[in-house]
Amino acid sequence: MAERRHITVSVNGEPHEADVEPRLLLLHFLRENLGLTGTHSGCDTTNCGACTVVMDGRTAKACTVLAVQADGREILTVEGLAQDGRLHPVQEAFLSEHGLQCGYCTPGMLMSAYALLEKNHNPTEDEIRNAISGNICRCTGYLNVIHSVRRAARKMNRPKTKHRQHLR
Amino acid sequence: MLPPAFDYAAPRSLSEAVDLLKSRGEGAKVIAGGQSLIPLLKLRLAAPSLLVDIGRIPGLEYIRESEGFLRMGALTRMADVEASPLLGKKYLMIHDASKAIADPIVRNLGTVGGNVSHGDPANDLPAVMLALDAEFAALGPLGPRTIAARDFFLDTYTVALGHDEILTELRVPLPPPRSGGAYLKVEQKVADFATAGAAVFLQLNPKGECAGAGIGLTAAGPKAIKAAKAEEALVGRKATDPEAVKNAAALAADASDPASDIRGTAEYKRDLIRLLVARGVERAYGRAKGGAG
Repeated sequence: MAERRHITVSVNGEPHEADVEPRLLLLHFLRENLGLTGTHSGCDTTNCGACTVVMDGRTAKACTVLAVQADGREILTVEGLAQDGRLHPVQEAFLSEHGLQCGYCTPGMLMSAYALLEKNHNPTEDEIRNAISGNICRCTGYLNVIHSVRRAARKMNRPKTKHRQHLR
Repeated sequence: MLPPAFDYAAPRSLSEAVDLLKSRGEGAKVIAGGQSLIPLLKLRLAAPSLLVDIGRIPGLEYIRESEGFLRMGALTRMADVEASPLLGKKYLMIHDASKAIADPIVRNLGTVGGNVSHGDPANDLPAVMLALDAEFAALGPLGPRTIAARDFFLDTYTVALGHDEILTELRVPLPPPRSGGAYLKVEQKVADFATAGAAVFLQLNPKGECAGAGIGLTAAGPKAIKAAKAEEALVGRKATDPEAVKNAAALAADASDPASDIRGTAEYKRDLIRLLVARGVERAYGRAKGGAG
């Protein structure tokens, strides 16, 4: 039995401490230790992207990160997107553009879209396609996902007051 | 899937990391980004008793030119290679590869050091480093040493690093004038292992003939392959001479030893390698001529 390690991980702005086995995956830390089941377990082989979270500003597949590797880092999961009961513009856009059907890939898609738009406020279609190329969707054929990300970009580029009104 | 149980240490210096590796013998393994090792652990293809996480050691993430080399720190992430203006302007073969490795999410954590020291013949940087005649710096209990890329890749998942040695830097000779390179890869879908890939580097003389050539092959056998005979066949010939290109591409295919699997038969892959080398020569020539790197 390996020695447990004490870790402190900030998740959606809140620090969480735990003693974990070194082999615990970040995915299971989020889902089982913290009960944040929005981050989905899909292929478990680094292929599908359903478990995508944002770690220190960059996307990461939570099935391929050890919880101990996330010690001291900031994690954003899909649960952290909505603020004060209001959906994030990226979530709004997926809703409006039918960017999902079964919804299994959606948390990962949302995090990839969010990370892209944080870096690039006005991505081209190619840049959007590249940004979601590590996320597999078996329902939409991706087109509505791309439309959703473009809509989110437009929405987020509007002046703040107008964008708030729109969301209400 | 849970990896087997292991102990974990996150040293803050390279010397501390080397000491840890030495203390545990063959049972210790280095982890950096973990994008290759964690899947392997989950499949129980590796079962180290101790993981030494070098990911928190400062000073190993950089891309710079100095003292005759382009130097990339072992912890440089693939996403930073892709975003580097220097590599995008002057080292197009490395830049090509950075866009072809896995997917953008994996590239956020995957490191250049991991990509070569993992020893997977389907990884992309090994062929690139062979084509560029790169060398690797490593640190072990006896101090630092340098290993030429051509001596580094020994077999599948086996490289010329001792169990207590850590790869610290990738060094690519500064490109001479009138040189350029390209990396081409065929994969069934984003992030699948390569069906095959070819890295081609050309240096032209003022007459437009090849003064030097470097060719590395991905997923073309049990280890990354340097197609030396194909390289020699190009020297002194024009890269626009169809016979010379055809000959070199055929020699590269001969040097390969791919396995039949779900991505294709060995015969298909050898033909693919022939095609990728020929196209790589064409693209590398265009870049060398244009002075684009």
